Amino acid sequence: MDIGGINPVILVASLMVAAVPIMLAALGELVVEKSGVLNLGVEGMMIVGAICGFMAAVGTGSPVLGFLAGAVGGAALSLIFAFLTQVVLANQVATGLALTMFGLGLSSLMGQGYNGIKPPLTGKVPFGPLSDIPVVGPILFNHDWMVYASIALVAAVWWVLRSTRLGLIVRAVGESHDAAHALGYKVNRIRLACIAFGGAMAGLGGAYVSLVRVPQWVDGITAGAGWIALAIVVFASWRPWRVLIGAYLFGGITVLQLNLQAAGSAIPVEYLSMSPYLVTIIVLVIMSSGKGRASLNAPAALGQNFHAAR
Amino acid sequence: MTRETLLDIRGISKSYPGVKANEDVSFSIGVGEVHALLGENGAGKSTLVKMIYGLVKPDEGTMQLRGGAYAPAEPSEARNLGVAMVFQHFSLFEALNVAENVALGMENPPPMRELAARIRAVSEEYGLPLDPSRMVGDLSAGERQRVEIIRCLLQDPKLLIMDEPTSVLTPQEVEILFRTLRQLSAEGTAILYISHKLEEIRALCDGATILRRGKVVGTCVPRETTAREMAELMVGATLTPPERRATAKGEIVLGVTDLSAASPIPFGTSLKNIGFTVARGEVLGIAGVAGNGQDELLLALSGELRTGADRIRINGHAAGDLGPSERRKAGLVAAPEDRYGHAAAPDMSLVENALLTGAIRRKLTRNGFIDWAATRSFADEIIETYDVRTPGNHVAARALSGGNLQKFLIGRELDQSPQVIVINQPTWGVDAAAAAAIRQAILNRAAEGAGVVVISQDLDELLEIADMFAVLNEGRLTKPRTVEGLTIDEIGLMMGGAHGMEVAHHAEA
Repeated sequence: MDIGGINPVILVASLMVAAVPIMLAALGELVVEKSGVLNLGVEGMMIVGAICGFMAAVGTGSPVLGFLAGAVGGAALSLIFAFLTQVVLANQVATGLALTMFGLGLSSLMGQGYNGIKPPLTGKVPFGPLSDIPVVGPILFNHDWMVYASIALVAAVWWVLRSTRLGLIVRAVGESHDAAHALGYKVNRIRLACIAFGGAMAGLGGAYVSLVRVPQWVDGITAGAGWIALAIVVFASWRPWRVLIGAYLFGGITVLQLNLQAAGSAIPVEYLSMSPYLVTIIVLVIMSSGKGRASLNAPAALGQNFHAAR
Repeated sequence: MTRETLLDIRGISKSYPGVKANEDVSFSIGVGEVHALLGENGAGKSTLVKMIYGLVKPDEGTMQLRGGAYAPAEPSEARNLGVAMVFQHFSLFEALNVAENVALGMENPPPMRELAARIRAVSEEYGLPLDPSRMVGDLSAGERQRVEIIRCLLQDPKLLIMDEPTSVLTPQEVEILFRTLRQLSAEGTAILYISHKLEEIRALCDGATILRRGKVVGTCVPRETTAREMAELMVGATLTPPERRATAKGEIVLGVTDLSAASPIPFGTSLKNIGFTVARGEVLGIAGVAGNGQDELLLALSGELRTGADRIRINGHAAGDLGPSERRKAGLVAAPEDRYGHAAAPDMSLVENALLTGAIRRKLTRNGFIDWAATRSFADEIIETYDVRTPGNHVAARALSGGNLQKFLIGRELDQSPQVIVINQPTWGVDAAAAAAIRQAILNRAAEGAGVVVISQDLDELLEIADMFAVLNEGRLTKPRTVEGLTIDEIGLMMGGAHGMEVAHHAEA
């Protein structure tokens, strides 16, 4: 049942894997932006997470420790951003861009000598006979545990933001930091925690790229996934379940263009490789133009630094 | 009648670099007392209550609550001890609903469903109907204040601090608020009421402490003191009301017909079929509670928000599709409400700010180059004429106090020999002396033949300077009428009454 040389079941199964890194990173960035901070350094945090995770997994032989190290690495890098924007009140956009470039360079330096090594295999979740069901089996029951973990994290973030006091405080801080401060909430401290969470999630996504998706270390391995994650947050209008949809959509485009290339499509390869980024740009332009912003449900204090004046 | 002392403040001082916000302030509030804290802008009222609420720490002095030492390190501690506060600028979150807003101001909020039920119960008990599931961004100013008050009431406060609560309410809503406050006071809740509106204080408060420049300059029993005596204590000088010269009205300089525009501001109010005319020498006062389209009307008149060409006519020429610079050229100058960021570029010097709007009418540029000498003398002229207190024209706009910057910005517009002047909130946050000077300057320009539109939430100000009076309510403008013979009750009804609030109190009575 191939269509144009592409098997739809394999396509869906592989897009679920392709979506994991951008989903994790976008989910982290969603929480950061909900608290009113725009961290454009997602790409940098992802790639640092990728190399930290890779080094730890190769060193210890344990993919779990690898993912853990990826999260710690991403969070550590994000703390630089947190210090610069929340403590010394630097511009968030410039700092975020610098963070990306710093992360790319740092990962390249750390990755010297790790080229051409295979990381330990991340295990599949044993579903037994379930994975043998035709169509449904390969799509739903034949993945490694990070795929399921990422979906569980979407549910967790959704629940925390919607139903818990913690989530309410995060949303409040992103909505009006002045009002939150007047009520006695520690705006910058809450934002700092959200930034670290976002860094950890980006690092986790990065580690998934180097440990599962590729799986090996090459310079610039994340290849713009961080930017796609940023676009997904806007695309999802800051709602966790829409992040899941957005990630599958964008992951789908990536997988589709690879498949089309393999199937020998008549469209030149360059156009196909461009397409996810092109869609990203179009989405960002449409969704951030003019009046749409408020109806988009964007946090009102997004990108504004807070300083408690008197 | 003697009351048991609830809060006792002794010798509180607080300084910021260059300013003594409070100096040796002492007073006390009894259980169930409604106590007024009276003073001009910048007298130190807000700093003082922030210390009571734990947002700011005093440098010196002690506070006692019910006989025990009281030094809250943060607001949550103050709330735990029964001190609650309703803020002047609302501490609300527009994109969250009422129940979520209330929950954020509580220490241990119950689950949402239970909280919603309690909000309903309390709001009915005190005659402040409120739907817990509504988005705060969609509420009127009066309803927003109810959210704040209910947030406080749910915590069963012993002391309720209210910072300028009536500045955003219609007269009818003020009446309802006072009934609620009297009910609270009768139940034993003390209220610290901050205001500079003397008649309100006389109607409501049992005692008053008057602050001037951070110091206590007097105490009084408001019911036994005249408003004039209190005003003179507050200002420290006698005030002269602006003088008005009767001027013959000339031809129409600004005509607005059937103006409708969607608001470019999130949660803003769209303008609906607005129509009015302003003649030479005439001052049109536009009242209304904040958030009823004032900002949008200013944008539409200044040219930041464009409409159909024939909707707005300046001197008889269609101008609705012109931008701000072209309208300036045609003779219309505008001064928006927000001083830091809209009317002025805060980090630029006064000279540069003078250039920003003065360039066209004062011809401060030649062939694309700036004539700095002329610009500097323009800035100096404003500083001189409008008594702007500043070390020099090189100072950043941000460094000036609110009143001084406002004098500079109003002067900048008025000194461009305009034919039409549009001003939103000319004296908001400005001390009484500076406010009088600004009003006088506006009247002088009108006497010289300019048509003036003043949008303000200060009714007394409008009644003082306007010839014609209209009200903006939910984006609609009432038909302008002459100010003579207008009563506060009529104005209140024009402002939309109490937005359906009367019902609850009637039911109770």
